[in-house]
Amino acid sequence: MIPLTIPVIPFGVIYGVIGVEIGLSPLVTFAMSFIIFAGSSQIAFAQLYTAGASPLVMIGSVAAINSRHFLYSAVLAQYLNKLNFYWRVILSYLMTDQAFSVSLSYFKKNKKNTHPHFHMLGSGFTLWFLWQLSTLVGIILGNVVPEELGLTFAIPLTFLSLIISELKKLDHLIIIITSGMASLVAYNFPFKIYIIISALIALCVAYILITKFKKVSQ
Amino acid sequence: MIWLWISIAGLVTFFTRYSMVAFVNPKSLSKTTRKILTYVPSAVFPAIIFPAVFLDKKGFFVSIENPQIWAFVIAVVVGYYFKNIILTIATGLISFWVFSYLFH
Repeated sequence: MIPLTIPVIPFGVIYGVIGVEIGLSPLVTFAMSFIIFAGSSQIAFAQLYTAGASPLVMIGSVAAINSRHFLYSAVLAQYLNKLNFYWRVILSYLMTDQAFSVSLSYFKKNKKNTHPHFHMLGSGFTLWFLWQLSTLVGIILGNVVPEELGLTFAIPLTFLSLIISELKKLDHLIIIITSGMASLVAYNFPFKIYIIISALIALCVAYILITKFKKVSQ
Repeated sequence: MIWLWISIAGLVTFFTRYSMVAFVNPKSLSKTTRKILTYVPSAVFPAIIFPAVFLDKKGFFVSIENPQIWAFVIAVVVGYYFKNIILTIATGLISFWVFSYLFH
């Protein structure tokens, strides 16, 4: 029914396990899935919190990771603008990478449908429910799995998997290496600000690539 | 205090999703801005990946015999070839365990 472009269930399980392994309480780990409901920023938030980052940096990093939602929101706005306040709030809360791609293709294919937002509610809620459920499974597993397995190594692997298909694009590769190198240099800067600094530097490079070298970014 | 920070993080996340849906004119994002936003994952995630693979907790480079470097390289190669998210993570973890055992 829903072509899951990103496998939600294993991700939720990994998040739950990691949350418990790096020292968050089960309740906090679960509440984040409910309140933030954005996998990659939840992992980043948990990691920064247990590393003793300042709250401003934790929240700033979450904002940086989720700034891509501005794009989704702008693209979906033409389909959702006419809905009432409650619909817009609920559908915004449910707007994830997967819900975005599934809903956008549905909206484009079903322009005559007068209630396409019900489809987004359905797919969004399904993903939401699977995310909560798999987080719970992960939390239970995290309490059982021995620490010696080194499952925190799943953190970089998870983020790697999210950009693995971008590696073959030259423009993305340049930005990936820029960000990575910057993070190694800035790692010991105060307040764990390295994620934000590296992202800003990499996005400046992206801006230069877009404006000066249009051929590279096509 | 963690509940406060989580709540704010949740509100910030919600705002990024609600932003353009809330306004009448979503075209306020320029083409360049839209293009830049497509690069966000490639700009943010490496900053989480690189230190976790190449640095120890104190911020020093790990030695070349560290299993996670080799596991990471294998995960990149396998992931690049098969373009599969779960396979990338699984290969990385299993290689990590194998190298940890071998280098032990």
